[in-house]
Order: sequence, then C-alpha cells, then structure tokens
Amino acid sequence: MDNVKTIYKKSEGLSDFNLSYCPGCTHGIIHKLVAETLVELDVLDRSIGISSVGCSALNYDFFSCDMVQAAHGRAPAVATGIKRVKPNTIIFTYQGDGDLASIGIAEAIHAAHRSENITIVFVNNAIYGMTGGQMAPTTLIGQKTTTSQGGRDAHIHGLPLRISEMMATIPGATYIERVSVHNPQHVQKAKKALKKAFTIQKENKGFTLIEFISTCPVNWGLTPKDAIDWAVENMIPYYPLGVYKDKTVGEES
Amino acid sequence: MAKGRIIIDIDRCKGCALCTNYCPVHILKLDDEHTNSRGYTPLMVTDPDKCIACAFCAIMCPDSVITVEKFIKEVNNG
Repeated sequence: MDNVKTIYKKSEGLSDFNLSYCPGCTHGIIHKLVAETLVELDVLDRSIGISSVGCSALNYDFFSCDMVQAAHGRAPAVATGIKRVKPNTIIFTYQGDGDLASIGIAEAIHAAHRSENITIVFVNNAIYGMTGGQMAPTTLIGQKTTTSQGGRDAHIHGLPLRISEMMATIPGATYIERVSVHNPQHVQKAKKALKKAFTIQKENKGFTLIEFISTCPVNWGLTPKDAIDWAVENMIPYYPLGVYKDKTVGEES
Repeated sequence: MAKGRIIIDIDRCKGCALCTNYCPVHILKLDDEHTNSRGYTPLMVTDPDKCIACAFCAIMCPDSVITVEKFIKEVNNG
C-alpha cells in the first residue's frame, strides 16, 4: 500500500481569487514565490504588501496578507510611511517596470537613499502591459510597441534603463539582485533571492530590491513559451542576472 | 509505475500550456475535447503511469492549478 505525500500545492499566502493576468503571464509565478517566501519565513500574518498601478494593480486581492493600493509609482513612499508607523511589519511593494522605472523612479531611488527597511519586488517585462503595450523605459532597442512602431530607436527614445545596476550604485541600498523565472531551476534561484531579501528586512538591515525578468505574451505577440524564449534570448543579454549589491557579505563568517 | 500524481484544478486552468514545455516525461497536453467553466481549454495528463513527481509543471504554473503528490512506499521489514 502506498502512502501519499503532497510535495507541491498552492501557497497559503495566496487568496482564492482567480488571478486576473493573461494566460501564461509570469506574474503568477512571481506571486507564488512572494507568497511562498512569506509563509516559509513565518511572517505572512505581519506582512503588508503595496500594490502598484499596472497589471499588478489588482494584486491586493491575490495575496492573503494585508494589502494597500498606491497611486502610480508611489508604492515605495506608501511603504515608507507604513514601515515607520509599524516597524514590526514586513513591507513589500510589487511594482512593474512602467510603475517603478518610469513615473515612480524618484520614489524608488529616494527610498533606497534613505535605506528604508522595505523590499521592492520589481517585475521587468520591457513594456506597459495593462494599458495596451506602450513603450516603457526598459523596452529594448528595436523592440516594437504601440508607441514605437518602427522599433525603439536610441537616438529618439534613449537607451533602455537598467534598474538593478543603477540602484546598486546607491549607498543606502543593502541588497540588489536580478533574477529570472524562465525555467524551474531559475524559479528556485529567484525564490532564494526573495528569501534573502525578506530575511534582510526581518533583521532590519535596510533596503532590498529584487528585479524579475518577466514576460508579456499578449503585447509581445507571442505564445507564453515563445515569450519566455524571447526573454531569454533578448532580455537576459541586456539585463544580466546576478547579485548587484550585497552589503551583508562579510558580516557572517 | 507512477512515482506520484498531479491533481489539476481544471476550472482554474487558463490553458497557457506553459507547463507542457517543462514536463521531462512529456505527459502533459491541453485537452482539446473539453472546455472549462471559464472557457479555456484545460490541461490533461496523457499517461499518468509515467509521472515522476518532479513538480516542474506545478512550479511553472502561473495560476497554481497543479497539486503534486508523491507516492511513498512503506518499508516492510516483516
């Protein structure tokens, strides 16, 4: 007679709502990782998430911890306020590239400068997804969007913004890493990165940001698997994965 | 002999087929003969006996529709 052991099931950190994302969008994988990490660190009941504007705007319904919805780009500012009033909470913001890299870049930079003890989950899919596929600061050179129909041109639109590299230069930032979720191995690596970031916050060691390379199958005009392959072939060479800053190195022996 | 099994929450599946690309034993496909309550073509397992309970499908599923169970054989010393 066989015994049965459940080795994988939906995380308790996610609510029963159906995710509003398009089929095959890697937002769902990143949601799972955040939820699983909060559950495994046993901080779900004192976590507060700040959702942004964009596809992830509705994620206040999807996590089973407390959530707040912030104005466009202002999630790190709201996070700062909540963390200062309730220092014992675990605060994360969940922002896309249209939110954090564009309108909200000032808030993100200054939250890092002040070394606010928060974690930013930054989802980079190189496009504005929810509004219909417009060009974002992170859109790659040559990439066609509804507002760059001939492909992004560096002379007209500037170069794509590398957020992790930029944030790593800020003295107040404690931990900055860029990860991807394009296969099960990288999903596990990404979870480790999130766990490290939330552990740093739990120990009051400062500002952490994890950038995820994500996809947008609908606005890229690709199937979910082709979109992941496109991200691996085009995004990862421009946005290399890895740890960009880790101030905790050397503290533990 | 299957090493485990997956349980699919059919009505939550969006039919993105992402999981089918990561199954090392290629036993996942979309069920062309059915439509779930939300109008999507859901996932099905073609050959449950081949499942090795690696959980790759569940890890890559954006909508957490897959639960993975592993069979553990009882050690019988008697």
